Amino acid sequence: MDKKFNEGAWAEPGTSVKNKTGSWRTFKPIVTDRCVGCGTCTKFCPEGAIKIVEKNGKKKAEINYDYCKGCLICLKECPFKAIEKEVEK
Amino acid sequence: MKKLLSFGTRSCAGCPASLAVRRILEAVGDNVIIVNGTSCLEVTTTQYPLSSWNVPYIHTAFECTGAVASGVESALKKMGKDTHVVAIAGDGGTFDIGLQSLSGMIDRGHNVLYICYDNECYANTGLQRSSATPYGAATTTSPPGKFSIGNKTFKKPIVQMLAAQKVPYVATASLAYPDDLERKVKKALTIKGPKFIHILAPCPISWRFDSSETIHVARLAVETGMWILCEIENGKIKINVTPSERKPVKDYLSLQGRFKHLKDEDIKKIQEKVDDDWKAYKKY
Amino acid sequence: MKKVIEGSHAVAEAVRLCAPKVIAAYPITPQTHIVERLSKMVADGQLDSEFLCVESEHSAMSACIGAQATGVRTYTATASQGLMLMHEMLHVASGMRLPIVINVANRSVSSPLSIWNDWLDAMAVRNSGWVQLFVESSQEALDTTIQAYKIAETIHLPVMVCIDGFYLSHTYEPVDIPDTVAGYLGDYKPKVVLDPKNPITQGMMAGPKAFQEFKEQQHRALLSAKDVIKNENREFNKKFGRIYGDGLVETYNMESADYAIISMGSVCGTIKHILDEKKISDIGLIRIKTYRPFPNKEIIDLTKNLKALGVLEKDISFGIGGALWADVKTFVDKPVSNFIGGLGGRDIQIEDIVKIFGTIRKEEENIHWVGSQLKK
Repeated sequence: MDKKFNEGAWAEPGTSVKNKTGSWRTFKPIVTDRCVGCGTCTKFCPEGAIKIVEKNGKKKAEINYDYCKGCLICLKECPFKAIEKEVEK
Repeated sequence: MKKLLSFGTRSCAGCPASLAVRRILEAVGDNVIIVNGTSCLEVTTTQYPLSSWNVPYIHTAFECTGAVASGVESALKKMGKDTHVVAIAGDGGTFDIGLQSLSGMIDRGHNVLYICYDNECYANTGLQRSSATPYGAATTTSPPGKFSIGNKTFKKPIVQMLAAQKVPYVATASLAYPDDLERKVKKALTIKGPKFIHILAPCPISWRFDSSETIHVARLAVETGMWILCEIENGKIKINVTPSERKPVKDYLSLQGRFKHLKDEDIKKIQEKVDDDWKAYKKY
Repeated sequence: MKKVIEGSHAVAEAVRLCAPKVIAAYPITPQTHIVERLSKMVADGQLDSEFLCVESEHSAMSACIGAQATGVRTYTATASQGLMLMHEMLHVASGMRLPIVINVANRSVSSPLSIWNDWLDAMAVRNSGWVQLFVESSQEALDTTIQAYKIAETIHLPVMVCIDGFYLSHTYEPVDIPDTVAGYLGDYKPKVVLDPKNPITQGMMAGPKAFQEFKEQQHRALLSAKDVIKNENREFNKKFGRIYGDGLVETYNMESADYAIISMGSVCGTIKHILDEKKISDIGLIRIKTYRPFPNKEIIDLTKNLKALGVLEKDISFGIGGALWADVKTFVDKPVSNFIGGLGGRDIQIEDIVKIFGTIRKEEENIHWVGSQLKK
């Protein structure tokens, strides 16, 4: 059987990580120092591309630009206005 | 932790369906089989050979989500497996073409959580009118014109219909209230038998607003009273969010291109309907 | 054990022996006696299955697909309008390579409404990627339904066993019911299932770069069914002592034949009877048991020394002629007359068949409507 064509067209899990959807962006959200790591944006990111990381004892949102499609919901919803945007280069 | 819906879905920026699924799976965990009806969700997450799902997933066709879920659940029962079955379909697949199959699933009492993500149109085929499309909305098959306001009917009352069929747990949810949404999914899974959760899914493309506004629009739907967050458990209704002062529906409508042709008297008609709905809900 | 039972009950006995874990069905004449009997078996504890009273045939096939994809053997039965409503999901089942088994109690398709037998239903779905088997007797219905599971699970394609509505479904015949099929049909062992431990995705969309290959695979798999069917026909004979031709076709009275009549299903019993009764030696019968995949090689071999053929069938492919006739004509380069009859349950009588024999001997090629009451 040709491995490329699984009989019945089934797929292995989670394989869409190959789609680097970050290339779709026209605007890029930037997390500024005003971020307190509250995590609001993580609940609203349609791509699940934001996580809270701890750096030097400070919590902060980190955006995975490989997959962020630049919808800017995070910017809109941030209670601390801690996310800014720039035009994608 | 592994993402149960992985990166790389082909959904549009700001997509409410992807977001809804992330919240659902957060609450459900990985011991689940997902049954999905044909929809944007299906075509953006399962393009051969790449799948976005890290939980077992099956899609077959448009109108049979309830029936496929019935089959999956029956098989699990015979195999002695204790795995959740969560069916996910859009409004077209739930309100219209899949209503019969959903009703059959409920009638037979299958232990399935059925979730409808409702973007109030056939978004996958390019924004046509469904019976979930609200009054006055412009879609490609309900365009406003000299002889038409746009969509001529009010949204089909799916929640009341399913409550009338005595579904043990019926709830509405909003992407703007993620904790409430996750709580409802978790609660539904503790109840045996069929469960139904109805999530409003504002679609930037179809409703014509900026992709950054998905949550904002979802929240305004609740704050204006156009989307009533509630739970109906064994016939008893509980309203989860009662805005102390409901914002005028205009605030919600004016954000969306699909309503931009409406005149003041049309908006008044919608406002009156919302006011009536709240009265009815409070009585109910 | 030999019993005089209805064809429908013979089928139900076969299903009980194969023990599908999920049965989903919607009642439709003339299929009802099959599913009524199965639900009673479940109620009485003779069959350990979930019996889903679904709300449509579309849902019947959908539920079977869901259950089969989860990892259990399934079953449904239908006819006529039911098969039409199910049609979409027949394609899904074969495309997903799920070995579902269905019995179709063949019945006409409306309009005008008819509850009676012909093959318009099965013929309308002949391109849905299923193995389609047509049987002649209740015994063969039982035996073939058992074989169907084995065939389906070997080639990963669904199998449809067609029994003529009323002629078989509602007729009592002596039937030998095996005590068990253990040793013939093993446990169902699917390759891919819906399982949180290995969370694969089933029922995907495929773009233009992949879609066609899946259809080519399906076609190859369906062609490969020929050897599998032949083999199961022999294996079944070894275990149970019954055999039906080579599994694809069965011949009768062909030893000294110059002509052949080709047909399927229960009417072949009538043809055999007439060939015997009238001691006819120049005409033989080729009964097609396996309609899809089509036994083209067998037909070519069996007809190569004949002068002419006739195809008798209970269906019409509007705008061309009989579907079976068109298939035969694809592979046979000699006069083949087409006899379309028995539609909507009209009996094909002995006189009709005698007349058909006469026409075949004329070595012409026309489409004849058996017993037509219309002016020419």
